[in-house]
Amino acid sequence: MSENLENVTPELVKRKRRGAFAEVLFRLSKSPLAMFGLAIILLLIFCALFAEAISPYSPIKQDLMHMFETPSAEHWLGTDEFGRDILSRLIYGARVSLQVGFIAVGIALVVGGMLGAVSGYYSGWLDNSIMRVMDVLLSIPQTLLAIAIVAALGPSLMNLMIAVGISAVPTYARIVRGSVLSIRSMEFIEAARAVGSSDLRIILRHILPNSMAPIIVQSTLGVASAILNAAGLSFIGLGIQPPNPEWGAMLSGGRQYIRDFPHMTLYPGLAIMFTILALNFLGDGLRDALDPKLKR
Amino acid sequence: MNDVNDKYIIVKNLKKYFNTKRGRLHAVDDVSFEIKKGETLGLVGESGCGKSTLGRCLIRLLDSTSGEVLLKNKDNDSYVDVTKVSASEMKALRKRVQIVFQDPYSCLNPRLSVWELIAEPLIVNNIYAKSADMRRRIRELMDTVGLAERLENSYPHELDGGRRQRIGIARSLALNPEFIVLDEPVSALDVCIQAQILNLLNSLQKEFNYTYVFISHNLSVVRHVSDRIAVMYLGQIVELCEYQDLFKSPLHPYTQALLSAIPLAKLDVKRERIILEGDVPSPIEPPNACRFAGRCRYACDKCRQGAPELKEHEPGHFVACYRAGELNN
Amino acid sequence: MSENNNNNLMLDIKDLTIHYETDSGVVHAVEGLNLQLGHGETLGLVGETGAGKTTTALGVMRLIPNPPGKIKSGEIIFNGENLLDKSEADMRKIRGGKIAMIFQDPMTSLNPVMTVDKQIAEMIKLHRNVSESEALKLAGDMLELVGIRRERAKDYPHQFSGGMKQRVVIAIALACDPELLIADEPTTALDVTIQAQVLELMKELKTKFSASMILITHDLGIVADICDKVAIMYAGRVVEYADKRSLYSNPIHPYTNGLFKSVPSIDEDVDELPVIPGLMPDPMDLPKGCAFHPRCALAMNICSQEQPKMCDFGNGHCAACHVMAKRYEL
Repeated sequence: MSENLENVTPELVKRKRRGAFAEVLFRLSKSPLAMFGLAIILLLIFCALFAEAISPYSPIKQDLMHMFETPSAEHWLGTDEFGRDILSRLIYGARVSLQVGFIAVGIALVVGGMLGAVSGYYSGWLDNSIMRVMDVLLSIPQTLLAIAIVAALGPSLMNLMIAVGISAVPTYARIVRGSVLSIRSMEFIEAARAVGSSDLRIILRHILPNSMAPIIVQSTLGVASAILNAAGLSFIGLGIQPPNPEWGAMLSGGRQYIRDFPHMTLYPGLAIMFTILALNFLGDGLRDALDPKLKR
Repeated sequence: MNDVNDKYIIVKNLKKYFNTKRGRLHAVDDVSFEIKKGETLGLVGESGCGKSTLGRCLIRLLDSTSGEVLLKNKDNDSYVDVTKVSASEMKALRKRVQIVFQDPYSCLNPRLSVWELIAEPLIVNNIYAKSADMRRRIRELMDTVGLAERLENSYPHELDGGRRQRIGIARSLALNPEFIVLDEPVSALDVCIQAQILNLLNSLQKEFNYTYVFISHNLSVVRHVSDRIAVMYLGQIVELCEYQDLFKSPLHPYTQALLSAIPLAKLDVKRERIILEGDVPSPIEPPNACRFAGRCRYACDKCRQGAPELKEHEPGHFVACYRAGELNN
Repeated sequence: MSENNNNNLMLDIKDLTIHYETDSGVVHAVEGLNLQLGHGETLGLVGETGAGKTTTALGVMRLIPNPPGKIKSGEIIFNGENLLDKSEADMRKIRGGKIAMIFQDPMTSLNPVMTVDKQIAEMIKLHRNVSESEALKLAGDMLELVGIRRERAKDYPHQFSGGMKQRVVIAIALACDPELLIADEPTTALDVTIQAQVLELMKELKTKFSASMILITHDLGIVADICDKVAIMYAGRVVEYADKRSLYSNPIHPYTNGLFKSVPSIDEDVDELPVIPGLMPDPMDLPKGCAFHPRCALAMNICSQEQPKMCDFGNGHCAACHVMAKRYEL
């Protein structure tokens, strides 16, 4: 099938696909909030990629002469309890936080999305067994589940992402299943079957694109909670190991000094907040841009 | 029509039951009939009478509970049972049997453009090796159903109901089918657009010799398009005959009531209006009796004790009613 | 339209214009509409989807969703008073009390979590000073009147079939003895035999309550069955207005003619149905002159220039068409 699509009608597919992508970008560009979100995300990705080049100091080098410094010309955002430059730690931290956020959500989305789509499309015993397992997982608090997984796998960045990702799988499975169920009963699914479409094609081409809206919204929120979750795990020593910089760890590290040196928690907090805000704006814009009905 | 004896589709004792929490729902209950090549069989009845379910069973969009749907093979006189072929054989059969859906607002994926919608049947069935051929075919189809070329990048929500229904028709024609189930293709359309679509379906049939099953609740529309008409009530065919006979001399009391209930756009037409009491009874575990007996003003004890079979009362005029002969006038 | 007996009119809509102002443009839903309805009359408002029938009805009820809808100009004189000058509080008394509306879909116009007698009683209590128990008793009476046994009063809407639900909706509409009943496609969602039952009931009750009625429909058969007067709407305007008998025997406007011809007949064979070519114009971009001229086989030069006026073709049979006015030398 897919082979046929690529080999036989390259011109057609290319023409349509490029058109559609350009169309979505064009529509996205009409929403100022979405563009603001996109700009911040791009900035963060840039920071993460070129952290070595742009950060003024090493993120782990201690400088005990300059502990707890408030923002100044040398240290734009001040220093922490070991005299490490907060700006540099934030820039390097973007690397870890973005990775954790995106990859964990990616894992959750792929696994949960597949389970949910299969479950919703083929109701019956398969649906029942998948969803009961998901219910069991949902009944365990997400953080506790992540702790259990990462404790079993051993603390590392990869395992952290897997743990955070898996603990979010049931949420995605539920959302995808719900929207698949509502789309599945629509007549155009039957129409697709009537012209001979395979189940896989129906799921990928007809059902998933039409259930995008709630998935995109949940994913953008999910990245945010994944970052916070990872921070929580780092805090109890199961995630990023010190002295490696990570926003969540910085946030919790600065917590005990918050009365005297609020800048230590303020900046990582702001970084997390802006990332989440940007993702939400982008997600909203994307959802609208992907819906041809909202085109004008 | 080619030959009078040319049975193109033979439906034998077709049943479709759904299991519900309250018992078995008899959506289609022991239905048998034949369709000739190039003929239009009208299927009328009220909502819930099983006409759409029957239509879907005919082309295996739904699996039947029991019975046969025999479709004549292209090259010889043998038949293939649509209800029993394997999945891979069914995929090949899909090119021969097609459906046009009722609601042009929900039967098209809102995220696909007109071009993509019409291309879909061609792509999933690997019809064309060259994209140029496919493009030509799509243009041709759009032309056949009367869609302007400039609309090819439009999305369904930008078009009116009539144009959407034309897309649905183009999709079903794409694979060069022989047999098309039209499931209420004009019910969601305004009268002017309805007339345009009916004319289109008519001229397509003339050009390509399609065999139609035309499902509708609108008797005047069915009369306009059909050669023969089957009236359904609660999962069963109660009357089946040539279209003129049905309107001239309806034999089943339900058909008579149905005909008298059509609001006519004419004044001073003298006719007796039979107002049926009550609603259609539940199709869940129906009793073994004439299903119309409860609302029928002619019902006698016999009607309540056993179900009448569909019998040929006059040549070519089938009716399922014990008292059919007595009631005619 | 005839001006002789204006004092007898129950409803006189003058030059009503309703627009929906959306981001992408102004939808001209109703444009300079004139309509009159006498006491005890039933008027059929006929037209295709998007002709402005429902907007007109909502306009009379002052229920146009705002934004984006807006009544731009005109008067709606109901029993001598202009409804457009009324305060919202006054309108609330009129809605359901003097003017009641029956909506198309009985499935969605009833509250699913409230028993039907409570829904009727709620309406009665809103407009009359009665106690709860009295209202419930009256509700039971109303149900019996529409052919539902009193025992079923405590049932929820989902326990009724479509036809029965529409009966409940009718009971609610009639609960406060309205003077004007607006029924928006009341039987479109119903099957033919059930439709026949409901139409029969509406005819009977209309006489009993001696109310006037505006029946919105696209089905000329239903109009033939129960209306006295007919108004044909096209692109937000009334293009023809006449007594039913006069309209059915001698339709004047080319659109009305096309409408009649495109309905398949149940006693004549035709190979091809005569169709009106083309589509309804986009209400955001109405053609200049007569809105129907691009689809009209008879169109002349003037049709694309000037909006035709309503002319009386005799005995109150009015139509807005340049060609016909010329032909009849009006």
